[in-house]
Amino acid sequence: MADKITVGHVHMSGCTGCLVSLADNYEGLLTILDKYADLVYCLTLADVRHIPKMDVALVEGSVCINDECSMEEILETRENAAIVVALGGCACYGNTTRFCRGGQQNQPQHEGFLPIGDLIKVDVYIPGCAPTPQQIRNVCLMAFLLLKGNDEQKALATAYLTPLMSLAAAGTEACGCDLMTEVINQGLCCGCGSCAAACPVRAVTIQYGKPQVERDLCIKCGACYAQCPRSFFSFEVCGQYEAITNLIGEVMKP
Amino acid sequence: MEYLGQYKAVYKAKSGCEDILAKAQDGGIVTSMFAYALETGIIDGAIVAGPGSEPYKPEPMIATTVEELFAARGTKYSVSPNLALIKEATRSYGLDKIGIVGTPCQIQAVRKAQLYPIGMRDVPDKIALALGIFCMENFPYQGLFQMVEDHCATKIDNVTKMDIGKGKFSVYTERGVNSQIPLKVTHKYEQPGCHVCLDYVANMADISTGSVGTPDGWSTVFVRSAAGEAAFNKAVEAGWIIAESMDGVKPGLELVEKLATEKITKNQKYLEHRLHKEHPALKPLRNPYI
Ligand SMILES: Cc1cc2nc3c(=O)[nH]c(=O)nc-3n(C[C@H](O)[C@H](O)[C@H](O)COP(=O)(O)OP(=O)(O)OC[C@H]3O[C@@H](n4cnc5c(N)ncnc54)[C@H](O)[C@@H]3O)c2cc1C
Ligand code: SF4
Ligand code: SF4
Ligand code: SF4
Ligand code: SF4
Repeated sequence: MADKITVGHVHMSGCTGCLVSLADNYEGLLTILDKYADLVYCLTLADVRHIPKMDVALVEGSVCINDECSMEEILETRENAAIVVALGGCACYGNTTRFCRGGQQNQPQHEGFLPIGDLIKVDVYIPGCAPTPQQIRNVCLMAFLLLKGNDEQKALATAYLTPLMSLAAAGTEACGCDLMTEVINQGLCCGCGSCAAACPVRAVTIQYGKPQVERDLCIKCGACYAQCPRSFFSFEVCGQYEAITNLIGEVMKP
Repeated sequence: MEYLGQYKAVYKAKSGCEDILAKAQDGGIVTSMFAYALETGIIDGAIVAGPGSEPYKPEPMIATTVEELFAARGTKYSVSPNLALIKEATRSYGLDKIGIVGTPCQIQAVRKAQLYPIGMRDVPDKIALALGIFCMENFPYQGLFQMVEDHCATKIDNVTKMDIGKGKFSVYTERGVNSQIPLKVTHKYEQPGCHVCLDYVANMADISTGSVGTPDGWSTVFVRSAAGEAAFNKAVEAGWIIAESMDGVKPGLELVEKLATEKITKNQKYLEHRLHKEHPALKPLRNPYI
């Protein structure tokens, strides 16, 4: 199909787990590359050395501000991409790189790592460590519909992406504590348990119907809060779960 | 009928199995649907509110046998964080076709997990049957305990059933109804998060069910999605469920719609109030709905 969007994977200070997650769509990734998106930049998979113009940049990792090259590349990414997606907890919130104190080989002087939103404007967040293959797939498909779809599809994609854009607008700090400060303290928790399921390090348990966060375990990936039905909930999107699920199933057919 | 969500059909129904009915809350729809789905391979396990370490303190549980489903029969009026097991079900239990029962907010969480699987790797396509139960409010366990032990003067260990209906919270023991208190007494013990809840009859479930609308021993059942319709019709055909028309049933859908409308408009007002527009000096509280 000629009318594909162009997508790049920009690798900042990340562990490549986000990219592996994208690849974990298996044949789904092939379908996406076949029908909807050309991968125009990806140091691991494509032989392109400089960040080109593209529709969507999926940025993995935080930015080491002690490294000039990283600083240049994040700026270049913003300038060359129409939509910048922070892919994964590190890019959104710093995640494990928040805990860096320097001293690691072979760049012991590298100790300052910022989520990309502290340096550039970011359009969409995909929190989590690693972000899930299905969430990455959904964002790619919705980006395609947004840029190439008809009016109805554009409207759906906008409604779908709006909460993830709101997360990007909301800030660059996340922690299991958000469940307390933004949900329970605000009188919103319904005790559903989603946060506990979402946490990749099992830092969240539910006790007496409310989440209890083992704060020393939390890596600040942002998944729990973003997954919570009381962080954001769109009746418009979730009310159409059957139609959207069918649509995703349909377009992902090889 | 926007307050009742979209549905393909609505029935007065109950289980065709006496054993299920013996300890079910209402018409035993949840247990029967899951038991049928388990036996026929529509699901290979179901997340239910199982018995916990303390009486009437539910503990989410993954039932992979009919016996386990039986152990979870009956309503516990306290929070059972069923979603907490949804990823675990696909991992440790290796389930590919998951059933889950939940209150409307939990079914909303299921749909969010499917469409925005932010921390829900491999969950979206494994939800085979999401059964919603009607819900006006829920209680933290300490609140429920106080309602039973203080207000109803009944030891919670001796309780055989609890029920909310006709404006009352009723506690049963082996001797029958032991105590009833008006809901105006129980309101203050409600979970705060319930006051922003905009769904009464689990509008996003495959099938939703509750007691309101149909006579004692029966349930009101909304069949909503294609998956729900297929499973329900087969369960009826196989005799696991007895389904009758809602036409002429008293108090019927009218009461369901009245309660749904009351709940949702009240909570919409509360959400509006939380914005504190009437008090410019107060900052707004967060609204989760976009
Ligand atoms: C907090 C709460 C409030 C309710 N409010 C209303 C109401 O206002 N009007 C109305 O008509 N019906 C209400 N119900 C639903 C009703 O009490 C029955 O649960 C429903 O009719 C199903 O009955 P059944 O005989 O089909 O289910 P059964 O076959 O008895 O099975 C019940 C199923 O519900 C699950 N369950 C029990 N407690 C919980 C819980 N706390 N959270 C999640 N799952 C649970 C069990 O695991 C079991 O699988 C409420 C239920 C709850 C939990
Ligand atoms: S978010 Fe997790 S998987 Fe992605 S780069 Fe950071 S540590 Fe690795
Ligand atoms: S508690 Fe878990 S899910 Fe939440 S931010 Fe911390 S690590 Fe992530
Ligand atoms: S996901 Fe949100 S609403 Fe559900 S238990 Fe956790 S904090 Fe409460
Ligand atoms: S009233 Fe709403 S928020 Fe409270 S338990 Fe029932 S469905 Fe959940």
